[in-house]
Amino acid sequence: MTPQEIHAALQARFGEAVLSFDEKALQPWALIQPDKIAEVAAFAKAEPALAFDNLMCLSGVDWPKETPPRLDVVYHLYSYKHDHTFVLKVQLPRDNPRVPTVEGTWGVANWHEREAFDLFGIVFDGHSDLRRILLPDDWQGHPLRKDWEDPELYNGMRVKPTPQMAERYAAGEKIGVGPFDFTPPNLPLEQS
Amino acid sequence: MTLPGPPVTGPIQGKFPDGLIFTNVDMVLNWARKSSLWPMTFGLACCAIEMMAAGGTRFDWDRFGMIPRATPRQSDLMIVAGTVTLKMATRLKRLYEQMPEPKYVLSMGSCANNGGPYWRQGYHVLKGVDEIIPVDVYVPGCPPRPEALLYGVMKLQEMIMEDRVLRRRQPTLGSLKGAKMAPEAVK
Repeated sequence: MTPQEIHAALQARFGEAVLSFDEKALQPWALIQPDKIAEVAAFAKAEPALAFDNLMCLSGVDWPKETPPRLDVVYHLYSYKHDHTFVLKVQLPRDNPRVPTVEGTWGVANWHEREAFDLFGIVFDGHSDLRRILLPDDWQGHPLRKDWEDPELYNGMRVKPTPQMAERYAAGEKIGVGPFDFTPPNLPLEQS
Repeated sequence: MTLPGPPVTGPIQGKFPDGLIFTNVDMVLNWARKSSLWPMTFGLACCAIEMMAAGGTRFDWDRFGMIPRATPRQSDLMIVAGTVTLKMATRLKRLYEQMPEPKYVLSMGSCANNGGPYWRQGYHVLKGVDEIIPVDVYVPGCPPRPEALLYGVMKLQEMIMEDRVLRRRQPTLGSLKGAKMAPEAVK
C-alpha cells in the first residue's frame, strides 16, 4: 500500500485521533493523538491490509525551543508481508511526557521504550519493566535532552573535561585524536 | 669451551657441576616476569580489533610470551583497549583489584588515555583510565597500530627489567603513577 492509502485506512478507523499527515516527507508520517497510540499500533498490526508486523525503530526527539516545548516519540513500522513502511509520531508535553506503551503489540518495544525512558525521560504507561537500560541504575537525569549538563562527578569520577584538556582547549589548540595527539596523564583528583 | 674473562680461581673452583649459572635475583625474576606477560582480555571498543590483530599471526604477540587470559586471577598485564564508560569503570576497577601482584596496566588508545573524542561531550565516558587505576604505559593512537601496541609492550618490558624486586625503597612498578612512554617516541 502507498502511504496515502495507509493514512486513509488509519483515518477511516480512528478519525480525529489521526491529527495530521505529511506525505511530502522522505518517510511519510502521521501524527497520532498520544492516548490513542496503543490502539492505533494494535490496529496497524492486526489489520490484514496493513499487517505492520515489525517495529523497526522507536525513537525520542527533544524539541526544547518549540512552543510549547515538546518531546516526540517516533515509531517506524514495517510490514514483512506487504513490504511497506509507515511512520507514526506522537507529541508529548516536555514537562510531563507520558504515553501508553506499545509493548503489547510489538515485544521489541520493551527495550526501545526503556532506552527512550533512559535517555529522554519519556514515561511509557503500562510498560512491564520500565527501568534504565544503558546508563547505570544510579544515574541521575536524562542525558539526551538538549538542556542536559554534565555533573562534575559521578561516583567520584570526573565527568567534565579534565583540567589538562580544558587548558589545551582554552589555549586555542585544536584537539584531535590519533598518534600525534597525546596529553600527559591526568592529575589525581585531589591535586587538580 | 673457554669463557672470556679471567679464569675462575679461588675457593669455589671445581665445587659445582657444569650447567650452573650465576646471576642476580633481580635479573632472573625480572626476566621471568617480562617473558611471560599474560594480558587480560580487556577489549572495550575498536582498539580491541587492533589488539586482536596484535595477537594474530601477522604480529604475533606470542613471541613475547603473551597469552591472553580470560580471568584476572591469571593475568599480569591489563591492556585497557578502548573507551571506558563510567558504567564499565567500576567493573574495570574491580577486575584490576582482582589481579595478583605484580600487575601492570597498559592504556591503549586515545579514549583510555584521556577520553579521546569524548573528552568534552561524552557524558558517559571516563576521562582517562588513569583516573581510577595506575597506568604504566600509555600507547597513543586512535586506534594504535599493532606495531605501536607491541612497542608499548616492549617499553613495559624495559621497565620491568629495571625493577628491583628485593628492594622496597620505591613502590613497585605496578603502583607508580604517571606516564612512562614519551610522546615523541611514537612520532
